[in-house]
Amino acid sequence: MTTTSVDYNNQVVRQFAVMAVVWGIVGMSVGALLAAQLAWPALNFDLPWLTYSRLRPLHTNAVIFAFGGCTLFASSYHIVQRTCKAALAFPRLATFTFWGWQLVIVLAAITLPLGITQGKEYAELEWPIDLLITLVWIAYAAVFFGTPARRQIQHIFVANWFFAAYIITVAVLHVINNLAIPVTLTKSYIVYSGAVDAMVQWWYGHNAVGFFLTAAFLGMMYYFIPKQAQRPIYSYRLSIVHFWALISVYMWAGPHHLHYTAMPDWVQSIGMVFSLILLAPSWGGMINGIMTLSGAWEKLRTDPVLKFMIVSLSFYGMSTFEGPMMSIKTVNSLSHYTDWTIGHVHSGALGWVAFISIGCLYALLPKLWNKSLYSLELVNAHFWISTIGIVLYITAMWIAGVMQGLMWRAVNDDGTLTYTFVEALKATHPYYIVRLCGGLLFLIGMLIMAYNLIMTRYSEDKLSEQAA
Amino acid sequence: MNGLLQGVFIISMMLLLIGTFFWAWSSKRKATFDAAAQLPLEEDESGVES
Repeated sequence: MTTTSVDYNNQVVRQFAVMAVVWGIVGMSVGALLAAQLAWPALNFDLPWLTYSRLRPLHTNAVIFAFGGCTLFASSYHIVQRTCKAALAFPRLATFTFWGWQLVIVLAAITLPLGITQGKEYAELEWPIDLLITLVWIAYAAVFFGTPARRQIQHIFVANWFFAAYIITVAVLHVINNLAIPVTLTKSYIVYSGAVDAMVQWWYGHNAVGFFLTAAFLGMMYYFIPKQAQRPIYSYRLSIVHFWALISVYMWAGPHHLHYTAMPDWVQSIGMVFSLILLAPSWGGMINGIMTLSGAWEKLRTDPVLKFMIVSLSFYGMSTFEGPMMSIKTVNSLSHYTDWTIGHVHSGALGWVAFISIGCLYALLPKLWNKSLYSLELVNAHFWISTIGIVLYITAMWIAGVMQGLMWRAVNDDGTLTYTFVEALKATHPYYIVRLCGGLLFLIGMLIMAYNLIMTRYSEDKLSEQAA
Repeated sequence: MNGLLQGVFIISMMLLLIGTFFWAWSSKRKATFDAAAQLPLEEDESGVES
């Protein structure tokens, strides 16, 4: 056992980790309300602030940038310190990233229901908030890159490479996609127009998936799965090839969001081909993570935290198989604009991103409070309730999506449409209710987690006393 | 000319990828990588974990 005397900055990690749970519950509650509105539209109560169109971006921003973002800040700050054996650089800037990021989230929660939006998916926030995000992100980069600069060991651990790629890429994506001419404090016009705007938007949108929701969480995976399993990663060499292959291929896959649109045909084909190639690095990474348990599978039976992490990789494998398949133009002609897309997204977002986050938060928070978890049984309950929730959610959306696609394209012998749009919508209704149930189960899991963490925080049990 | 450039580009990208494999699997770097793989398993600062 080696104990080092480095004075790690745990405060900012704790703050971000706690807020991740809070924002997760907020964002998923909004999601559940939206799911209910799709089943029963009267639930918007005829209030403009509660309409689906305004709450949907609030949901996506809250779960991606508030829940996911806070988890990423917490885990990247934690990992970079431990793997460099150095305290965080610029502690004041690190504190600023916390308060700045919370301010961004609060501003989003105020402006989006008011209908203040740029109208770009996952980039809805107006220009003053965009500037604040840029400031926070520059501070984040300074803190994150400043830390390895003070490292005590020569090699930079692979997780940090993933985090580095995510920080750099998100900075570039955010700035370029949000270039706008401000008119008033709450209104601006994006500088791009037409097909160029669409292309920039989905170059941004897909790489937000690739670097924010994938690369960064893979960084988390490469540290916390070995840590939790107490075994080194299956192949460190594979992790390096995984990194370079993933980041060089992801960048070109965006056009698959724009199949059969005004985008040039060759651009669509490039998007499709690169999406198909992406399967290789994605599965390489998944196998690398899961095989870490090779020879120690019995740990899965006893450790529910590890269960969250390993099942997250299974969902990662499933959605990175489904994604390339859906990017094939002929498949896309059926799946696009249907709820299949929503099912795919949530298989990735709940199964992969949320599960690896939850696993890491369970591993991280008690340790930061110097305590053991209040209840492993509750973690196990959380795991099963959430898993059933995801399965209900994605199967409902798969069935609904394929059905919608088939009904929309069905034509009679005389060339007229077999079904009206509202007929397809009526057929979808029961699946919307099943999806709501799945979402509610996932939300209940998060509430169990919050209870477990509160009890951990305020319980008397201290790890140090146990050891003594 | 355009086609030639595309071909050259594709071949160089392929070589780069294959090169990454050789770089990662070279025996010179094995010790460094083995040590790096142990990093997450090392104790945290408090040294309280069992």
